[in-house]
Amino acid sequence: MNPTELANQATLAANRALELAEAARQAALYVAPVAEAAEPFLYLLTIFLMACFVGYYVVWNVTPALHSPLMGVTNAISSVIVVGAILATGLSDSIAAKIFGFIAVTLASVNIFGGFMVTRRMLAMFKKKG
Amino acid sequence: MGATVSTLAYLVSSVLFILALRGLSHPETSRQGNLFGMVGMGIAILATLLRPGMGGGGIAIVLAGLAIGGTIGTVVAGRIQMTALPQLVAAFHSLVGMAAVFVAAAAFYAPASFGIGTPGHIHAGSLVEMSLGLAIGAVTFSGSVIAFAKLDGRMSGAPILFPNQHKLNLALGILMLVLIIAFVATGNSLLFWLIALLAFVLGFLLIIPIGGADMPVVVSMLNSYSGWAAAGIGFTVGNILLVVTGALVGASGAILSYIMCKGMNRSIINVLLGGFGTTGGGEAGPGAGNGDRAPVKAGSPEDAAYIMKNSQKIIIVPGYGMAVAQAQQVLREMGDLLKKEGVEVSYAIHPVAGRMPGHMNVLLAEANVPYDEVKELEEINPEFAEADVAFVIGANDVTNPAAKTDKSSAIYGMPILDVERAKTVFFIKRGMASGYAGVDNELFFRPNTMMLFGDAKKVTQEIVQALQR
Repeated sequence: MNPTELANQATLAANRALELAEAARQAALYVAPVAEAAEPFLYLLTIFLMACFVGYYVVWNVTPALHSPLMGVTNAISSVIVVGAILATGLSDSIAAKIFGFIAVTLASVNIFGGFMVTRRMLAMFKKKG
Repeated sequence: MGATVSTLAYLVSSVLFILALRGLSHPETSRQGNLFGMVGMGIAILATLLRPGMGGGGIAIVLAGLAIGGTIGTVVAGRIQMTALPQLVAAFHSLVGMAAVFVAAAAFYAPASFGIGTPGHIHAGSLVEMSLGLAIGAVTFSGSVIAFAKLDGRMSGAPILFPNQHKLNLALGILMLVLIIAFVATGNSLLFWLIALLAFVLGFLLIIPIGGADMPVVVSMLNSYSGWAAAGIGFTVGNILLVVTGALVGASGAILSYIMCKGMNRSIINVLLGGFGTTGGGEAGPGAGNGDRAPVKAGSPEDAAYIMKNSQKIIIVPGYGMAVAQAQQVLREMGDLLKKEGVEVSYAIHPVAGRMPGHMNVLLAEANVPYDEVKELEEINPEFAEADVAFVIGANDVTNPAAKTDKSSAIYGMPILDVERAKTVFFIKRGMASGYAGVDNELFFRPNTMMLFGDAKKVTQEIVQALQR
């Protein structure tokens, strides 16, 4: 292979690369609006997946003796959907939303208070004896 | 309070919730963990109430809901007996599910509050998330109601089976998918409620074939569902705290389900298909063993007391029968008396003992048994060989050696507590009936086994009296 041939081939490869880059740019322009719409979802999805991993490692570290209190605590904190209920009740003028929001707040509050209280009762029994 | 500040507050809450779970890695840090959880919840609620645009009327409604629900929750949690814990947890799960349904409904009728569109014109992506949160929430609700009824004895714990059950569930599942697609395409309110209705029916149908002793798996699974429902709602309303918490709870319930299944050597599918332990297992009177076996040796509480008094090491194996008989207090008295005689006493807990994960540990803790005397399966199994007495109270299948030897047995492969290695085995049982799995326990017929027939609490009380003499 002589130097001229090599140079020609290099030029061809470079041109091809430029074409590909241009195609990618066009594709990106085309996708941008979609990506914009998907962005909040992807952001939440990222957080969701990370939280799954955190949950996985933290929960494996829970001692089996405390699996019942674990259910109590997770039950209480899953009622954090009360946040959604509060927003619906407080931010909207819709009567339907206010009624549904009120019911949801009430149900979730039973859980929040009940869950934390019953867990507290259970954990109080696991004090070091003697 | 601006949007950035409330997002920061939600972040703090998320971290506090993670720390709440982290605290449960040891009994000594657990109470602080629970406190973190409460503070996290308080911050989340306060930050939401202080968001701009919150109307005074709305805040009043929210405070009323918090007061009513909070009072009910506090009273119920304060009064509940620890033996009734599994049904309480199931009832609480049903409330989370129902709350998720109502939040989804509120978001559907007031989408502008969450910036996901206007009524009738909600973004398609949000409709997908909303229908998932709605469906999972509704399944969690009706499934938990059935689990509650079974655990509370309002409904027989026996599996309810009918022909083509699984085909029906599959068909309903496909119908659900079709409804969700139609809902996302049209945003129709009738379809919204149809999805909720169908999900209620599905939750009901999914749990009725599952038997009473499989409830630890069911309760854990519904725990997981309540988390996924919260996450679904979190995606709908675009809130990071709901998404993080939902993921934490979902992962936690899934891990507990896995641990419970492993404790029975059964797949989650096998548990969910249900109908386990419905064959065989007829009731038989004391001493009515199979004809070709040696008769069982029945003893008196006095005999048991005498033998235990002269032992060096005793391992107590409690099961659901102890919880039913409420025998934990008197069991601890027996343990105390034996310790005074210089006997080493410890407790062995099988992962699936009781009706929810960790059920036995809570009952023993309630009876003031020090938690370091209570040991898990892997930890205690090597110790049975050195034990003079294995005292099995209200447990059966989890001690059955057939799980190791008999490949045809329904419980083959299940990890068991090696009580057979102890010099003497006591079984406190009402009769000779087989356990939940419907499998005979050959241990009953061994020469070194002594059966103590009667109610677990009464027999233990008689042993305590004999020890005091």
